[in-house]
Amino acid sequence: MAAGFDWAFFWQYLLSPSAVFLEGLWRTVYISVVAQLLGVLLGFVIALAQRSRFGALRWVGRCYVWLIRGTPLLVQLVIVYNGLAAAGVYRFSDVELGGFVLLGVVQAAVLTLAVNEAAYMAEIFRAALDAIDPGQTEAAQALGMTPTTTMRVVLLPQALRIIVPPLGNEFNLMMKSTSLLSVIGLQEMFLTAQSINSATFKTFEIFLVVACCYLALTTIWSFIQRFIERRLADPGRVIAPPSLRSRLGGTLLAGKGVR
Amino acid sequence: MEPAPIVMSARGVVKRFGDLCVLDGVSMDVRAGEVVVIIGPSGSGKTTFLRCLNHLERIDAGEILVHGRSVGYRPGPGRPVEERPKVVAERRRNIGFVFQRFNLFPHMTALENVAVAPVKVLGVPKEEAREQAHALLARVGLADKAASRPSALSGGQQQRVAIARALAMKPDLMLFDEPTSALDPEMVGEVVTVMKELVADGMTMIVVTHEMAFARSAADRLVMFDNGVIVEQGAPDDLATSAEENRTKAFLRRIDSSQ
Repeated sequence: MAAGFDWAFFWQYLLSPSAVFLEGLWRTVYISVVAQLLGVLLGFVIALAQRSRFGALRWVGRCYVWLIRGTPLLVQLVIVYNGLAAAGVYRFSDVELGGFVLLGVVQAAVLTLAVNEAAYMAEIFRAALDAIDPGQTEAAQALGMTPTTTMRVVLLPQALRIIVPPLGNEFNLMMKSTSLLSVIGLQEMFLTAQSINSATFKTFEIFLVVACCYLALTTIWSFIQRFIERRLADPGRVIAPPSLRSRLGGTLLAGKGVR
Repeated sequence: MEPAPIVMSARGVVKRFGDLCVLDGVSMDVRAGEVVVIIGPSGSGKTTFLRCLNHLERIDAGEILVHGRSVGYRPGPGRPVEERPKVVAERRRNIGFVFQRFNLFPHMTALENVAVAPVKVLGVPKEEAREQAHALLARVGLADKAASRPSALSGGQQQRVAIARALAMKPDLMLFDEPTSALDPEMVGEVVTVMKELVADGMTMIVVTHEMAFARSAADRLVMFDNGVIVEQGAPDDLATSAEENRTKAFLRRIDSSQ
């Protein structure tokens, strides 16, 4: 081992990361959250279009999912940020919003991630709405509820319960997908680590730090997800969701009956 | 004495599912305060007919008027045009519908199930709707179950909540689709009791059921369906003792021997 593992470097970056690294971490977090929120909203709209009584809208919804799910996110990112600018169609430029500067590249990133996410969320919404007994819609209709009221009061609350676990998956993937933003030059956590790497050549150390940070983010999220699932759980149902310990430890712990 | 006004009038109703003709020209009038029980073998079209009355099913020909107005259609060039869902919803408000499988909203308590439509459809203030819902639950004998979720109620209790839910909209016509068919035998009685109380209150009711005890004691008229047409109708006692149609006789005999 000529170089060896630089423990000092590893611990220093893990425990007291530089401001630049923290900035990258923060970007990873807020871009994920904003893109996921927009993706959920847009995905719901697409799912509604797919269920519309108008054929044209159903067609638009299906085409959207086909197109977006059928192409890689990496390619979509480059097309939206670099491609559109190169073709002279649209160039994302920095915008100042009440003292904050919203970088053009961040706008492109959030937009692309949200549009991409919406295709997957649309399918999740569709599956959840389809899973609800048609008798629920009929009962709502028979009470004189309009389609909008039926959706808001009867279907959506029941669908949310079904949606949270796959939504948790999606957000987990979203946080990790932000590492792809490095290809359009967005200084998120991954690209920040790369520039630290080219300055220090501590490749193993710095990317282990990066892996730890992603793991920390997804772990925090799994706590939050569990909290949401509990809040939405039907109090009439007494079966507890798997504890976090059994989820983290997998079946090994659960199998031994450890509670 | 002048005859009571006609509440529901069906003329030559035809309904097809693909090549299958489920209703083949059904005509029938129901007057205010009348209790009509529809009987017939399964597949005779009786449930489909009931669902057509509040436009849970479209019809292919004929006309159904409730209070002199079509629920699902408006006159169009040549043939009637289906109304927009919003208009249909408004016209369903004063038609109560009770389903075979209850179709209570599982994410709401019994009280919320009863109060939700007045609040969301009619805009009744929440407190007022809850008071009214309490009174209705008391009326069906479930005052103590207001806070229970449907999953914690027996089938008979769920069906009584469903009846209270329909009554909350203050309907002047109640449709029952085999309200006791999904119940364990020992729970049939409690639902039939509630229905008989409605009859005593003068509610106009159209009931699809095999519950001959209810039909004999409560119905003003028995209507026998077979193969999508009305084969015979009359007062329950007349029909039981002197049915002219062999199909009616055979059906009544089968029902009697099974109860």
